[in-house]
Amino acid sequence: MTKPIILFIGKRAVFGVTTLLVVSLLIFLVTQALPADPASAILGREATPEALAAIRADLGLDRLWYVQYLDWLGGVLTGDFGTSYATRMPVAEYLGSRVGYSFFLMAVAALASIPLSILVGSYAALKRDKKFDTSSSIGTLVLAAMPEFVVGTLLIILFATTVFQWLPAVTYLPPGTAPWQDLDGIILPVATLVISVSPYVARVMRAAMVEVLESDYVEMARLKGMPERTVLWRHSLPNAIGPTLQVIALNLAFLAGGVIVVERLFNYPGIGSALADAVRSRDMPVVQFLALIIAGVYVVTNLLADVGTVLVTPRLRTRLK
Amino acid sequence: MERPPGIVRQALKLRRTQIGVVLFLSLAVVAFVGPFVAPFGSTEFVGKPNSRDIEGSLFGTDYFGQDVWSRFLFGGRSILILAVCATALGIVVGGSLGLIAAYQRGRIDEAIMRAFDIILSFPQVLLSLLVITMFGPSPYLIILTVGLSTSPRIARIIRGAAVPVVERDFIAAAEALGESRRRVVFAELLPNVTSALLVEVNLRLTYSVGLIASLAFLGFTPTPNAANWGLMIQENRVALVVQPWGVVLPTLAIALLTIGTGLIGDGLSRVSAGIDRGGKGE
Repeated sequence: MTKPIILFIGKRAVFGVTTLLVVSLLIFLVTQALPADPASAILGREATPEALAAIRADLGLDRLWYVQYLDWLGGVLTGDFGTSYATRMPVAEYLGSRVGYSFFLMAVAALASIPLSILVGSYAALKRDKKFDTSSSIGTLVLAAMPEFVVGTLLIILFATTVFQWLPAVTYLPPGTAPWQDLDGIILPVATLVISVSPYVARVMRAAMVEVLESDYVEMARLKGMPERTVLWRHSLPNAIGPTLQVIALNLAFLAGGVIVVERLFNYPGIGSALADAVRSRDMPVVQFLALIIAGVYVVTNLLADVGTVLVTPRLRTRLK
Repeated sequence: MERPPGIVRQALKLRRTQIGVVLFLSLAVVAFVGPFVAPFGSTEFVGKPNSRDIEGSLFGTDYFGQDVWSRFLFGGRSILILAVCATALGIVVGGSLGLIAAYQRGRIDEAIMRAFDIILSFPQVLLSLLVITMFGPSPYLIILTVGLSTSPRIARIIRGAAVPVVERDFIAAAEALGESRRRVVFAELLPNVTSALLVEVNLRLTYSVGLIASLAFLGFTPTPNAANWGLMIQENRVALVVQPWGVVLPTLAIALLTIGTGLIGDGLSRVSAGIDRGGKGE
């Protein structure tokens, strides 16, 4: 790796860390320092002033907001995420296994959706304006419009309950089991995520591929008498994937938001279902931790995409020098 | 430059736009006329829960003994109203900031876009949930969070569409004539990005409907036990095997509504050309 590239990566990393810091401040401000008071949220409206004061002192809410923020941030950086109000367990212990479950779900969905959407997109570009192209265009459009929980519910109706009973409608993972121990139960949640993420990537991939196939260098390669397979795999596909990479990353980051609803739908024991519960019981430390993780996935994926795009696109690579 | 009526008329010639308009209008009719023709009240007890053969009840009862058909007819209105208001707010705020960023460039542009990058690192569902945690799911708050979290996404697109227009001569001419900055932005610049704006309205409406229905599905509706398509799916999914209608009807409604707006948006973007949209929610 050359020096300018390392410098570029360093700059992007600094920017990413700054973004994360601002994001953490924002999460903290929204959940803790705003006028709505967590203490009265916990105790309810009829709480006596003494009880409120006591719980505020107990939770450290009587300190200045930036003292609270720095204290929380210090904890986050040293791996101490506080204690859940609702379960009285340390947040890290309560959510530790759930984070793993969710990352497994996201990873499987990502691994399935990237090749699928690239294939569908480039095949549609090859068969431009033919049957496959038009039907995949309508198909991706329809699937992309529906919210994830509707896609998931339709899959449950079709494959798990009313029409066919091929697959379980919920994931069954008792505590202590690895997420791959209920593969049947994970098919529908993964399918839901893949269906809600892939259409966009496929559409962008098609557009990029159409452009590449019309380019001079592809025509040149063909005129030279190069076998069509080499033209496609060596010259066209890599050049179309470059511009698509940003969109892929964007949609992978979107998975982090998608799991919130999808996990709830399939009772998948990950961070998504924990977040909905924590919001309902106003369990601030849990909400803060989960928001930070989900926003973190977003920031890191976008960072990787920026760096990745520069690394795979020769034109951008030389511009750095 | 195409004028907006031209774009709409052209788009309406496409089969997909026509289907989209029909879908959207029929669901809007269900949502707004439904409450007046519903045979029962939205929370009225009709008979045994999860039963499919109750006299006068077309699709049976739900988990709570309420009439599924009536709740279905009541359940679209709040989703549509909230989504339309949130989209309108997002378009006004995001559109203006995008235009201003494109026109001013320099530090203001930089500041607006950096601030938006921060908001964009939260998925919209997450941001809405954060706000709901603190203030509860009041309708105004849902409109505000959904609208404001949509606006950076709109601003980016509108800024992109406006930057090339700013370079053109008629803007310089308007400036030379001494037109006020506000006039240049809203009377000269705005009419030239209407096609991008129209596409954006549809796209954002599609997502807002999805987002607001998702929040309802997670159990966050302005009033608990409200008749709401999203909430209905959540409430009745346990009984899906014995009484599918409580889930099937609202699921189809949300699906067809979002597909409708999605198709309209695609038709519009096809005729305004060159606008091919990338990521979900970006």
